[in-house]
Amino acid sequence: MLTNQEVAEGLLEKFGDQVFDFEEPYGLLTLSTTREEIIPLMEFLKDHKHYQVIFLTDITGVQYPDNAGKEYVVVYHMHSFVHNFRIRIKVALSAADIHIPTATGLFASANWMERETYDFFGILFDGHPNLRRILNIEEMDYFPMRKEYPMEDATREDKIDALFGR
Amino acid sequence: MADIELLPHNVPSNSELPELVEELTTLNLGPTHPATHGIFQNVLKMDGEKIVSGEQTIGYIHRAFEKIAERRPFYQITTLTDRMNYCSSPINNMGWHMTVEKLLGIEVPKRAQYIRVIMMELARITDHIICNSILGVDTGAFTGFLYVMQKREEVYEIYEEVCGARLTTNMGRVGGMERDLSSAAIRKINDFIKSFPAVLRELEKLLNRNRIFMDRTINVGPISAERALSYGFTGPNLRAAGVDYDVRVMNPYSSYEDFDFEVPIGQSGDTFDRYMVRNEEMWQSLKIVEQAINNLPEGPYYADAPEFYLPPKNEVYKSMEALIYHFKIVMGEIDAPAGEVYHAVEGGNGELGFYLISDGGRAPYRLHFRRPSFIYYQAYPEMCKGSSLSDAILTMSSLNVIAGELDA
Repeated sequence: MLTNQEVAEGLLEKFGDQVFDFEEPYGLLTLSTTREEIIPLMEFLKDHKHYQVIFLTDITGVQYPDNAGKEYVVVYHMHSFVHNFRIRIKVALSAADIHIPTATGLFASANWMERETYDFFGILFDGHPNLRRILNIEEMDYFPMRKEYPMEDATREDKIDALFGR
Repeated sequence: MADIELLPHNVPSNSELPELVEELTTLNLGPTHPATHGIFQNVLKMDGEKIVSGEQTIGYIHRAFEKIAERRPFYQITTLTDRMNYCSSPINNMGWHMTVEKLLGIEVPKRAQYIRVIMMELARITDHIICNSILGVDTGAFTGFLYVMQKREEVYEIYEEVCGARLTTNMGRVGGMERDLSSAAIRKINDFIKSFPAVLRELEKLLNRNRIFMDRTINVGPISAERALSYGFTGPNLRAAGVDYDVRVMNPYSSYEDFDFEVPIGQSGDTFDRYMVRNEEMWQSLKIVEQAINNLPEGPYYADAPEFYLPPKNEVYKSMEALIYHFKIVMGEIDAPAGEVYHAVEGGNGELGFYLISDGGRAPYRLHFRRPSFIYYQAYPEMCKGSSLSDAILTMSSLNVIAGELDA
């Protein structure tokens, strides 16, 4: 069995201060890294003789508009079937420079997951073979999951939270 | 009669003829082809009858569930989840509820967990019934479909007894079940357990050793274990390729560790193996339902979490406390703690994951569904490359891609 402690120590040894913000929310090892190190980090986890984190479960994006310099976060979930060990890796990006290298070289599944993240957040995966919209129409010129596009019309006055005691 | 001026009969000599260029035919399979099982388009490049390459277009019924979820209190999101994989909506519902319960730290009583297991396994059976019997129809065998479809109808009657709905069930609540299993529901479940094996055996007799069915499915659309893992396959499609991964065994949730069942594994990852794995899973699901209904624990069917468990309607009419909490929950006045959760359940198709980020508000800050159909469909062109068009139909059919889940 693989423990969070063991993997965290192994990653710190290999990547030093390029991996940081270690956490364990609900038992899942969570850490952050830089966009320069994300692909080497995933490759390290995948090719490691002992860890064998060979399964990419999910890629998605999150936006924190108020977090200056780190407005976008790309979240990777990976899984080792051998040890039943899950890991979550985050990479923060600034809105001014929204590039991150693609993981399609490591996992075939990354292709559509990255296209989906691009489609909804506009995050640009450098080196992706076919980075275009997947669920929305091609002609769309904005990225709908961003917080600047609220679900409801902000000018409506009958839905103000204060009127409902919230 | 007017004079018709005949054009000079000018046939070019052989040297003037343009060279015969081999052109590939472009063929649209879908978006609304009966065999695509939903709305998705495949643009296939065909060399005669052989598929050279393909490209898919999806998103025809994309409804932005992740965006809608950002404005909804947690319990209202249930109605979004059961519109994803509508062939097994209870699994989607329960998966979502378990994610929220994990965030809130609610411990659900054993009875509720067992009822959930029964509902999830019945849902898995209906999901596989659709996939396997339609696979038969796609090869031209309608009888099997007819036999097992009546059993799906019976499962829908059980759902109806438990929650009032049949297809988009909206079953359960955050913190437990909406109501307890009624005696009529238990009777119907027991009847189903008794009568289903005969029908399933009938389907097996019709298809498993059927020469035509075997010829049409063996070595059709195969995928190796390595490629399947790289493509992110989970569930029956991955197990058919020979990888022993089942979320129910590896990360047990809702008391799955209490039950005795096996995880069927295939070898070659072709259409026949996928069919066989699903068939065997129906037997295993039936076994789990039987164990759960026989050992159904006594006790409450919902957790003691009044701030998040929407009270049963009959209590709302009688008790002031229940009315107050009902109101507070419906108006979304109670905030959830901040946190970040990933919870996965074994859906009808594979690992269905919910990635939930809460900022401490009444609705999720960000919700992402890890939808197995979305993952599978990417591999489709590679799987049907080099095969004929009729094989491509069966490959798609056996992948069990559900359009609602693909597009979410």
